[in-house]
Amino acid sequence: MKEGRPRSFYVLAIFFAAYVLFLYGPMIAIYVLSFQGPQGGLTFPMNGVSTFWIAKLFQGTGIVDLGAAFRRSLLLGVIVMIVTVVLSVAAGMAFRRKFKAQSLLFYSAIASLIVPSIITSLGISLEFRIIDDLIKAHWNESFETSMGLLTSGLGAHLTWTLPFGLLIMFAIFNRFDPRLEEAARDLGATPWQTFRHVVLPIILPSVIGIGLFGFTLSWDELARSSQAIGAVNTLPLDLQGLTTTVTNPDIYALGTVISAVSFTVITLALGTIHVLNKRQAAKGSDAGKGLV
Amino acid sequence: MSEEVLQQASPGLIPGSGTARAAKATRLSPSFISWLQAGPMMLVFLAFFLIPLVFVVIVSFWDYNEYQLLPHFSGRGYTDTFEGCLAQLPDLCTIGKTYLKTLKLCFMVWAITLFIGFWVAYFLAFHVRSKTWQMGLSLLCTIPFWTSNVIRMIAWIPLLGRNGLVNSGLVKTGLINHPVEWLLFSEFSVVLALVHLFTFFMVVPIFNSMVRIDKSLIEAAYDAGATGFQTLVNVIIPLAKPGIVIGSIFVITIVMGDFITIGVMGGQQIAAAGKIIETRVNALQFPAAAANAVILLAITFLIITMMSRIVDIKKEL
Repeated sequence: MKEGRPRSFYVLAIFFAAYVLFLYGPMIAIYVLSFQGPQGGLTFPMNGVSTFWIAKLFQGTGIVDLGAAFRRSLLLGVIVMIVTVVLSVAAGMAFRRKFKAQSLLFYSAIASLIVPSIITSLGISLEFRIIDDLIKAHWNESFETSMGLLTSGLGAHLTWTLPFGLLIMFAIFNRFDPRLEEAARDLGATPWQTFRHVVLPIILPSVIGIGLFGFTLSWDELARSSQAIGAVNTLPLDLQGLTTTVTNPDIYALGTVISAVSFTVITLALGTIHVLNKRQAAKGSDAGKGLV
Repeated sequence: MSEEVLQQASPGLIPGSGTARAAKATRLSPSFISWLQAGPMMLVFLAFFLIPLVFVVIVSFWDYNEYQLLPHFSGRGYTDTFEGCLAQLPDLCTIGKTYLKTLKLCFMVWAITLFIGFWVAYFLAFHVRSKTWQMGLSLLCTIPFWTSNVIRMIAWIPLLGRNGLVNSGLVKTGLINHPVEWLLFSEFSVVLALVHLFTFFMVVPIFNSMVRIDKSLIEAAYDAGATGFQTLVNVIIPLAKPGIVIGSIFVITIVMGDFITIGVMGGQQIAAAGKIIETRVNALQFPAAAANAVILLAITFLIITMMSRIVDIKKEL
């Protein structure tokens, strides 16, 4: 017995559809345009269909060495992902009981999320500049810089990914049943065994979600990288650089390739989460299945 | 109690107490474990967020020349920023105009994202009845967020450019004779791109507070004779307010600090608060950049405080 839909439903449904079109329309346009023929330009209509511009990217004949930037972004993204997962899970566990500095950590995370990225980025670059000056003045005059992909760059990305990781952990433990741990303890499990065999398997799908956030946020990060990464560029930085000089569709091809990596990672993560949830549903509990 | 006390008083009295004690010695105190668990994240925020913020404030009071920072106290970062402002009164100086422009862009993006975000969230929370559809449609809104912002910005170029789809479409239909220029590299394109990029940050928190609204409250409002509009204003909006405020804080802080979207979509022509910082850094004038960062931080903080005030006051009434 379904009641009829009110008129507002149809109005809002159209509004929603228009919003989705607004979201996707432009993106689809560049994915299509990246398959321009060799003579194709930056706008429609298509001038033939080919993978010329994508192939050109991988030949490294473009303005910048995209292959190297690609590998750097990938390396940084994977490291950010691992660090984000480990630190978020650990801190999430800590937040389940009261501890000193709890609110300091919480407000640091929230502030890190909402202080404009350019300020965080500028601060990190100043910090490293001052460290460099100190090293030059006191230890080694020919010292170049301590800024780099895995020092200042990694730190800058973590200030962006960790708040998301922590907030996801809050959501996870909000609906976690602590009686499961109690049962494990009663059966004689050590704290580590409880975590390894009871807590972790249950929260694993969401932990993969944190990893997904960590990787994709780092992979696409631009504002915080801009001042804090040092001499080298990540892929989004190269892409931004291209926007002022570009005349060829290779920028769209690059956009398509970056998006393709993002979507592959998302699909893999969502797939894994799905499989884990299925397994949990199938093997997690034998309640109601009888005694033998 | 007894066993522990006995053990302490005379070790070795109770059989097996040696191993029990060893186990006790290796067991860590809960507060130490908490430090161990939360410490690493705290260290990251300390090293890459809190200390850098302190450095921004300190460096904003340093002196500089063309080549380097001069670490002694100076107000030059600030005086250079406001250079000529007093002389030009009552007209606004460049920095004043820039901040006014930033606030204007910020307000426009906020108003539009709030409108779109509210109705999209409303549709998802109240009109989509099946949980599966709700999940699916939410995911649909989320997917574009997972790709690079720059790509989503440049995606507008083939549509809005001089020979873009919009212009050629308008010319073909005879609505205009010549392609219009203001579609791209203008305030219009900046606002459009910012709305495109960040409406998501409005949808998620508003949706979150809307799905928590007890549906029976809405039924009660209808039963008591309220019209749809009255229910919206007196029941739904007040209950969704936390989400609205959180979404607004996100959008406002992002737009206030933005320099990439404004740079790319404004054709590097539009001055904004974030752009000033970037320009100063590129000119190696770090104290001036830091001074602008401090000003920007203060304004952002002021807006956030005001917004959270509005909600708290209303809540108390």
